[in-house]
Amino acid sequence: MKRRRFLPTLLLMWVGVLVVLLASLCLGRYPITPQTVLRVLVSRFVPIARTWDPTVDTVVWQVRLPRALAAALVGAALASGGAVFQGLFHNPLVSPYVLGVSSGAGFGAAVAILLGASAAVTQASAFATGAVAVSLTWLIARSGRDRSHVTLVLAGFVVGSLFSSLVAGAQYVADPSTKLPQIVFWLMGSLASVQWSDLLRAVVVIVPCLVAITVLRWKLNILSMGDDEARSLGENPAVMRVVLIGLTTMTTAVSVALSGVIGWVGLVVPHLARGIVGPDSRRLIPASIALGAIYMMIIDDVARTLTMAEIPLGILTGIVGAPVFALLLRRSRSDWD
Amino acid sequence: MEQARPSVVDIQGLGFSYGEARILHDLTMAVGPHEVFAIVGPNAAGKTTLLRCVERVLSPRAGTIYIDGRDLKSLSARDVSRRVASVPQSHTPAFPYAVQDIVLMGRNPHLGAASQPGPHDVTVAQEAMDELGIRAIAARPYTQISGGQLQLVLLARALAQEAQVLLLDEPTAHLDFRNRHLVLGRIRDLAVRRGLTVIMTVHDPNDAMQYADRVGLVSGGALVALGTPQEVLTADNLGQLYGMPIEVLTDGTRHVIVAGIGS
Repeated sequence: MKRRRFLPTLLLMWVGVLVVLLASLCLGRYPITPQTVLRVLVSRFVPIARTWDPTVDTVVWQVRLPRALAAALVGAALASGGAVFQGLFHNPLVSPYVLGVSSGAGFGAAVAILLGASAAVTQASAFATGAVAVSLTWLIARSGRDRSHVTLVLAGFVVGSLFSSLVAGAQYVADPSTKLPQIVFWLMGSLASVQWSDLLRAVVVIVPCLVAITVLRWKLNILSMGDDEARSLGENPAVMRVVLIGLTTMTTAVSVALSGVIGWVGLVVPHLARGIVGPDSRRLIPASIALGAIYMMIIDDVARTLTMAEIPLGILTGIVGAPVFALLLRRSRSDWD
Repeated sequence: MEQARPSVVDIQGLGFSYGEARILHDLTMAVGPHEVFAIVGPNAAGKTTLLRCVERVLSPRAGTIYIDGRDLKSLSARDVSRRVASVPQSHTPAFPYAVQDIVLMGRNPHLGAASQPGPHDVTVAQEAMDELGIRAIAARPYTQISGGQLQLVLLARALAQEAQVLLLDEPTAHLDFRNRHLVLGRIRDLAVRRGLTVIMTVHDPNDAMQYADRVGLVSGGALVALGTPQEVLTADNLGQLYGMPIEVLTDGTRHVIVAGIGS
């Protein structure tokens, strides 16, 4: 794709983000017209006559807006994290989850729920154990003789399995009538209880990390050439990899802490983005951020409107993700041969 | 004060080992501008290791390498890559980047951590593609071009680095007869026109005979002969190097190396 055609494409994606955001504020058990939603939003900043029910105000401001923004943020974080990992490991099939961050965070959340902690503490605990899991993966991989990517991915698998067992242990001892459903629901991913305060805690970490990833994105092209070639192109692949893995681990761990475990986004969205803007990370990263936001908001809208009860997000991303991914694999196989 | 050395690449007593295994031993040679230097030797002679020491992907155990009179060890990674560019022996594509994006990656040594290629970098990349005659495929995914074209793309990427020294590790390993001579001819042109210092390893001594200004024979990690192709690539030298009978046929101006008929 030609450079001059990229900016309009990206602009269109961001218009898409705004449109889907608006739609997310309208949709739900309590449908609100787009005109009313816009007036509710504007009334916060400009004094205009309030012709709507106060409930509408609450639904839009306290329930739907933080939730939709959280979905957009989590989608952007998981999708860009996937694009970064795929570049780093020069493999289109990896995502930040391969380093064990999701099961690590799942364990932290499960323990916090067992102890009856608040939502904020549960998130903090999930973030901490997610970070511990990735660090452990890193240490195990570094202690090995073979410092290749494969070692890192295998170490991630080992650590992921360990934490999955610990999560299973936590579920086993959990009270089956109260705690167990909470843990299971969290593990399957949900944004149902997101408040402004939760969102803000995530924003202050994720947004700066996304900015940093965007600034460094050209280096991903270099790193995707492999370590030797990156080195002869004047890059220090080890340092740049630590920086980029650090940034994506932060965004992923914070996302998992906010929304629970939501799989597939980091695999499916970068593939869609690659299909639209090509593999160059200068275009791929901004496109993945925008498409990730759109994708996750739509998933969350479906989760809360499709049936009477909320559907866990991880179930939907899996059901949508696996077939889409299989289709993409079929179509673009020749590109990887 | 040491006097400035006239050579661009000056290798003094280079030694390298992987653990116990000694790969290179007390290797000394110098290569100047406008020169194509071919390294000829059997498999596992240490040819690739030598190149990787010159681009500082590997650090030598002994000896010193000077680039433009400066000790390679004293340069930063970026400084090295602005002076020494290399074309790898094999390349596994991970993503179907456009040819022009691959060539643009050669500009990395001239860009800071947070910056991206600008108009000047695009111009340099386009000139490199023009020079190698691959401008027409600039927008094609580099996963869908021929082996010869891929080699030219990687060569263009190295040119975009604007380095004085160009290293090539068996540049014709996967190429058919036509592409082999196309690529070697382009490399020769670059040395002449851009004044580059080219060091390449070759499998077939005929490539060195036809395209190199000077040749170094490497055997068991040591330099066993050094000189012009006709001085070095003799039936005796090559016979010893490969441990087989070899004949050099000539029509007076051109020389062809062939396997000898059983002794």
